[in-house]
Amino acid sequence: MKREPPQTVADYGPLFFPAGMLLLFFVVPFGTMIAVSFFQRQEGGFYTPAFVLSNYERFLSAFFGGVLGFSLMLAITVAICCVVLALPFTYLLSRLTRRLQVFWLVALLSVLSLSEVIIGFAWSTLLSRTAGLSNLLVKIGLLDQPVALFPSFGAVLTGMVYQALPYTILVLYPAIVRLDPTLMEAARTLGSSPIRAFFNVLVPALRNTIMATLIMVFIFALGSYLLPQILGRPQHWTLSVLITDQAIYQSNMPFAAAMAVFLVLVTLGLVALTLLIGRKGEKA
Amino acid sequence: MDNILKKSVSRRAVLGTGVMAAAVLAMPSILRAQDKSLKVGVYGGYFKDSFDKNIFPEFTKATGIAVESVAEPTGEAWLVQLEQASKAGAAPADISMMSQVAMLKGQTTKLWTPLDMAKIPNAKNLLDRFVNKYPDGAVAGIGAVSWYITLVTNTDVYKEAPTSWAAFWDKANADKLGLLALVSNSFLLEITAKTFFGGTNALDTEEGLLKAFDKLAEVKPNVRLWYRDEAQFEQSLKSGEIPMGQYYHDVTGLAASEGHPVRSTFPKEGGVQDSGCWALSRASKKVEEAHIFIDYMSQPAIQATLSRKVGTSPTVKRELLDLNDKEFAAVSSDIEPIIPRYDLYTTKADWLNQKWTELIVG
Repeated sequence: MKREPPQTVADYGPLFFPAGMLLLFFVVPFGTMIAVSFFQRQEGGFYTPAFVLSNYERFLSAFFGGVLGFSLMLAITVAICCVVLALPFTYLLSRLTRRLQVFWLVALLSVLSLSEVIIGFAWSTLLSRTAGLSNLLVKIGLLDQPVALFPSFGAVLTGMVYQALPYTILVLYPAIVRLDPTLMEAARTLGSSPIRAFFNVLVPALRNTIMATLIMVFIFALGSYLLPQILGRPQHWTLSVLITDQAIYQSNMPFAAAMAVFLVLVTLGLVALTLLIGRKGEKA
Repeated sequence: MDNILKKSVSRRAVLGTGVMAAAVLAMPSILRAQDKSLKVGVYGGYFKDSFDKNIFPEFTKATGIAVESVAEPTGEAWLVQLEQASKAGAAPADISMMSQVAMLKGQTTKLWTPLDMAKIPNAKNLLDRFVNKYPDGAVAGIGAVSWYITLVTNTDVYKEAPTSWAAFWDKANADKLGLLALVSNSFLLEITAKTFFGGTNALDTEEGLLKAFDKLAEVKPNVRLWYRDEAQFEQSLKSGEIPMGQYYHDVTGLAASEGHPVRSTFPKEGGVQDSGCWALSRASKKVEEAHIFIDYMSQPAIQATLSRKVGTSPTVKRELLDLNDKEFAAVSSDIEPIIPRYDLYTTKADWLNQKWTELIVG
């Protein structure tokens, strides 16, 4: 079937609805946010329309730079952990029988039904001194007395990886299932060990998928604000936590908006950089 | 108390109460013969439910004024709504219960109709600090209810109750405290000033504030949890995971009465007393009814009912109340309270917030 390029306005008709939705629910709110980020904050009041740069100025400090750096580092670590765990898991999953695959996928989907609050509180109980996992270690004699494993960076990381892992697997799954099984067979026939074949054949073949998954998990993790609060100390709070503080508790919308705009810009920049490097690598 | 209030932020609760309010309105039998009515904003959830059940029906019976209660969110969202609506000449509620910081912010735009004290004879029952005044002396709001933040401990871990806020600074309590995460709701600067610098007047100058921040920095190693969500701390306090901290007196008392190993102590420097005011929106046309309502709510008998049924601390003088010692102790204390420096949270809001965030995050 030959595809005709659209010729009349009506041919573009099907696009109007999604375009309208995108405009209404994304472009307009985002535009409003950008506008508010330049408004004048009125201390002890609200804000007035104006064009000032003071909100951005306040953000450009070593303190907020540190928080931003930590947020990015946390999101990148979560993305890498998720992919490192999910890739072998999904590969092994794809080799199971259909029945078992369905079982695993349903189990993973059910994890997605848990809210961030439930995940946070569940992990804080599991990692607590009074009721947590360390009590088991004491029982089997590995520890002398139970210890609190939260709040800590490890706890935040654990919670966030737990939350993002099902997404990671569900994104990797279609690509891995569709992968030509003869690739691995050829590698094995030529004398490669399974692990070597995994790293030398499977991983390079999935390079683009892995890159896309990393970016997706990274962006997903960057928005997290509840888990760092529940499982972390203040130094583990992400920029999203501080944005919430400004918007909800300080009613300082202009500053909150400026921080959010900055976060979006940095994120887009990093994604663009990643894609650029990926393309260069492909050419080489 | 605030944990009850915070629940109002839950959209579900607000929607639920909204639906219920609509359903009540849809029943003409209730509003039938009432030509006089008043829309009253109270924090949604438990608070509004308690008022609807224990207070408003009696008020209608006594005065013939029908009350339509409106669930309002905590924080400043409601202030923003009232402000925007009054610009359009509308009042989502005639009278609202407002936090002290919201009262001050509303004053800057003259959002509150000054009250005529001649029409509120019962206002003489109030403790002076619960009469909120404009700079020119006009009354902007009248104390509705108050509540205490006190020093709480787990009784299994601390056999002896601590007697002073200074326990927060004790090196023996490393990694054991749960404190509120925001400068404007923890009131830790006031606590520091009262405990170590002779009173909250020490916070008058920027120098004094910085001294308080420095002193407060010494607490940091003792803090395990800086909480925004009360449930997070309450659970840890009950289990002994985080055995000491600051929390709401009434809710802690409730937990203790349910058999949990927790206690609330009024330190010798006093508990922190926070409160809500009744304020009349300038867009409201129900000025007459509003005064009757505020007068009614300021009666000692009504304040006593609030203490017994809702668990709030009375805003009227102790000697006028018929609360017995046990009932009074359940909601308040005779120790002079620490009154938050609300003025700072409007005049120096951003500076304080920045310093505070750098203190606990950095």
